[in-house]
Amino acid sequence: MNITNNNEKKGLVSIIAASSLGTLIEWYDFYIFGSLATIISTKFFPSGNQTAALLSTLATFAAGFVVRPFGALFFGRLGDLIGRKYTFLVTLVIMGLSTFLIGCVPAYETIGFLAPVLVLLLRLLQGLALGGEYGGAATYVAEHSPAHQRGFYTSWIQTTATAGLFISLFVIIITKGSMNDASFSEWGWRVPFWISILMVGVSVLIRMKMQESPVFAKAKAEGKTSTNPLKESFGNKYNFKFVLLALFGATMGQGVVWYTGQFYALSFIQSTLNIDLTQASKLIMYALGMGTPFFLVFGALSDKIGRKWIMLIGMLIAIFSYRPIYSAMHDAGSIENKREVPANERIEVTEVEDATNKAQTVKTSVISKIYSDGTIFKETREERLTANVKEANGPSNVKISKAVILDNSSFWKLVWLVFIQVIFVTMVYGPIAAFLVEMFPVKIRYTSMSLPYHIGNGIFGGLLPAIATFLATKATQANEVAAKAGTKLPYDKPFLEGLWYPILLASVCFVIGALYINGKDRRVDD
Amino acid sequence: MNLLRRILGIVWIALGIAGGYYLIINQAIPKFNSDKSDDLIPAIIYAFILTPIIVGGLLIFGAYALKGEYDQSK
Repeated sequence: MNITNNNEKKGLVSIIAASSLGTLIEWYDFYIFGSLATIISTKFFPSGNQTAALLSTLATFAAGFVVRPFGALFFGRLGDLIGRKYTFLVTLVIMGLSTFLIGCVPAYETIGFLAPVLVLLLRLLQGLALGGEYGGAATYVAEHSPAHQRGFYTSWIQTTATAGLFISLFVIIITKGSMNDASFSEWGWRVPFWISILMVGVSVLIRMKMQESPVFAKAKAEGKTSTNPLKESFGNKYNFKFVLLALFGATMGQGVVWYTGQFYALSFIQSTLNIDLTQASKLIMYALGMGTPFFLVFGALSDKIGRKWIMLIGMLIAIFSYRPIYSAMHDAGSIENKREVPANERIEVTEVEDATNKAQTVKTSVISKIYSDGTIFKETREERLTANVKEANGPSNVKISKAVILDNSSFWKLVWLVFIQVIFVTMVYGPIAAFLVEMFPVKIRYTSMSLPYHIGNGIFGGLLPAIATFLATKATQANEVAAKAGTKLPYDKPFLEGLWYPILLASVCFVIGALYINGKDRRVDD
Repeated sequence: MNLLRRILGIVWIALGIAGGYYLIINQAIPKFNSDKSDDLIPAIIYAFILTPIIVGGLLIFGAYALKGEYDQSK
């Protein structure tokens, strides 16, 4: 009996490892593009060109969230028709090849418009593949897991999105550190894309040895699989009402909490606080590294006390603490709250010939300020000048960048504040795979759970940076107008206004989830 | 509790309409009218992807709730 149990456990461990590794690689592939977006835009989407700008926006928005639900529908249908194993094998191959090929596309200056078009197409394929991967992996692991440990085992799949982001940042930092800036900018940025093909190769070999999910295999042998999963999922009122409930009562709130804790935090640190890119990446990496084990903690806890309330309590705490947390982040990281040591202020000016246009020179002024706590602020002003024009005469000729390098204490304060947000992420995200799998019957499970997941994450979550930035910018502009008019400023802290988007959506999701989700069904063989 | 679930169906319907109004009037139309080419794709996404999901989804969800489809005894 013990030998049987040990063999079963070993089998389950290898199933989780193989599924999680593949999903982790898919997330890594997806995030590499986002993490290297700045350098990619200079290589493929030249500034000042309207068509290239349009293609760039399409690559960011369309693949980032619009295509993912379509991938969920397409591959979800396949997964419910032919099986989980082959479908998520296909998504892995598509993702790996697309990522590798992005690293091989010649730059815009070599092949012209074909470059951004190819990158866009490959990015769309990435989005489609990601849309199909998660539902397959979560379903596959859940259908192998014993009922009393399903939350724990599927939570390994839940760690992969965060771990994929973590590894993408890590690979970029290592690659960047192993060469000089010029080499990285010229060809080094391609290395993280090329690495993907090795990881995918290994993962495909492992996945090919895996068996089909026993629950699906049984349903197929008994002729109980669906002939039209899309129609049965969304055309059947009984199933469709659960798809809507999963979306508005769980994945919508989960999506915004996830994006706030990881991406909005990073964007806030970089754009609002102007923290140096490498320090910001390290900060997020530490917080993610410390927070990731909690996916497993809350996954396991959901087996004991239920999934619904862990997710909803995570949302509720997030709703009430986002504004204080971001206010504290601003206090810790903003140079407005620090005391400058005027004696340490330095200004360095250099003027060199422009490598791309010999008729111009590039004048670079770097102002360095040091604050009493050790924080360093650098403002770099780059002007392109000709023989006739010795002072830049318009904003298009001047590039200003700001970078803050925080002192150790402020750095760790920010790490802890992001870590708290990652804990909210682990509460809402840890148990959700098991929750979604248990919500839908085997014959339409892949399709039915994938769509709400990718709408919640891809669309409600994916839009968060754009909408939150819009709200914060609007508040800042309103303050500027009031300041000019000499009236009272309408917003005390305009940088917090963007948070109303995740707060509102998570609040609606909390009420719907609390009132309408039953959460008592733990069967997956129905 | 089932009565509350049904009554709140009206709130979800109203929220769907309000969300649709906000997205079209405050987000999509200004972006369609903007001179910046970067705004076109977000405008299309707000108008033709996000709005139908929020309006359509919440209207149907609200209608189901109102009819008692989510009553826990069912």
